[in-house]
Amino acid sequence: MLNDIFIAPFTEFEFMRRALAGALALALGAGPIGVFLMLRRMSLVGDAMAHAILPGAAVGFLLSGLNLFAMTAGGLIAGFVVAVLTGLVARTTELKEDAALATFYLLSLAVGVTIISLKGTNIDLLHVLFGNVLALDDQTLLLIAANATITLIVLAVIYRPLVIECVDPGFMRTVSSAGGPAHLAFLVLVVVNLVSGFHAFGTLLAVGIMMLPAAIGRFWARDTTLMILIATASGVVASYAGLLVSFHFGVASGPAIILIAGVLYLSSLLFGRVGGLVRQAFPGRHLEA
Amino acid sequence: MSAALQFRNLTLGYDRHPAVHHLDGAVETGALVAVVGPNGAGKSTLFKGIVGVLKPLAGRIERGDLKAQNIAYLPQAAEIDRTFPINVYDMVAMGLWRRTGSFGGIDRAARASIEKAIAAVGLTGFEDRGISTLSGGQMQRMLFARLLLQDARVIVLDEPFNAVDAKTSADLFDLVRRWHGERRTVLTALHDLDFVRANFPETLLLAREPVAWGRTASVLTPENLLTARRMCEAFDHEAALCADEKAPALPQSGEVARAGHSVGEHGVATRD
Repeated sequence: MLNDIFIAPFTEFEFMRRALAGALALALGAGPIGVFLMLRRMSLVGDAMAHAILPGAAVGFLLSGLNLFAMTAGGLIAGFVVAVLTGLVARTTELKEDAALATFYLLSLAVGVTIISLKGTNIDLLHVLFGNVLALDDQTLLLIAANATITLIVLAVIYRPLVIECVDPGFMRTVSSAGGPAHLAFLVLVVVNLVSGFHAFGTLLAVGIMMLPAAIGRFWARDTTLMILIATASGVVASYAGLLVSFHFGVASGPAIILIAGVLYLSSLLFGRVGGLVRQAFPGRHLEA
Repeated sequence: MSAALQFRNLTLGYDRHPAVHHLDGAVETGALVAVVGPNGAGKSTLFKGIVGVLKPLAGRIERGDLKAQNIAYLPQAAEIDRTFPINVYDMVAMGLWRRTGSFGGIDRAARASIEKAIAAVGLTGFEDRGISTLSGGQMQRMLFARLLLQDARVIVLDEPFNAVDAKTSADLFDLVRRWHGERRTVLTALHDLDFVRANFPETLLLAREPVAWGRTASVLTPENLLTARRMCEAFDHEAALCADEKAPALPQSGEVARAGHSVGEHGVATRD
């Protein structure tokens, strides 16, 4: 009985095994990236960039198929163009940075979808918008796994300068020049993970597997390391549980995973040890010192 | 005595407007120098120049064999994100960057030195506290612990005792005295002139132009202080080019524009 519910879907169906492998690999890389996005107050920037970047990646995908280089290059170019235009408009006109970014990412999204609807099939379009974690082929799985590996290795390399750059950029500048490159490498990792996330969750939900786990971590941990561990663990749990829900109740798998993460997030919001609402309402008696 | 820092006709500023104008002089190795002057006198600007965050508009700073990492800097308004989830221990440990870099491990000896630094500023027991829970004084103590670990030959403190109570500033100044005893060079920006008179052998009085520099008693005279107050003015966007690359302007009523301007590198503030 328990076996039927929790294990059999994966032992019996190959597409479920692939989906699980892909979602888990994605959660491993996206967890820490999401935490740093949140700590740098870039949560919404990440979301906007997901929309700005992924049409570029989609164009790369249409031109040369599932090619890591073409898709990342396409995404980087689209993201770079949007970032530069945003900066230009914010600096030279009355529009502020957020409004400028919003206009350009929406345009970028529209251009991407238009190109796909002209050149690709409807399946391509659905794939770009919503992803399909149940239809990951070998190459896509490899791409996601490679991206997760790259992410974890690069993060390990830049971790210390990245943390210092986040918490005290002025100090970082006086002791080393590694802060800037670390931040740049981090932004590249964001793009790489958005490219991964786009296959499983589509351009609309790609940031979900980064930001929801990160927000969950914030409610349970006071230090960065633990926060990253909790975020990653929540991503893993949400991936597994979401796929089960999707299998048993026949709902779309990507949204199911994000919804499970949402349930975890809401419980953390209520019961979290660090600043959870219940904890705030009933803090307990104060201590002596 | 050799000079730790040598200023050669140094002009520092923003957008070609000088904030420190034609500064000449040397900071001897092991000196304990108070940098005094009204708000906007260029104290912070000078410090940014010393640590290399700001490039000179003209002139230069000679640092001898000092490398960037031999100069530790406590800015006036540290750009610390206090909401970042990091504890006091890790924050202080950053001071070991010169030894550890991006990858170096923190071994038993390093751990001991971190604990010693935390004890020296009286924060023992706070190691696991998140920095968001610290008071202003505790924050400053923590930053001094990090400075201790940086083990720098030149230490630049920008108004370190602002908004800090008497006990904390006394404790922290003990550390400054200790650095002085270890022949480290310490420059400190301050506003409390009585404190400067009592504790600093040497003072630089700055009001964009250097007003006086030398033994504290001979620098902090009523005349010099009055001159400094008069000289300190806001940027003038219509400022003419500075003709005089050599001599500092005369302090008379702050009027420093001259006739016969030739092509200069930077603007000079004038009051018309």
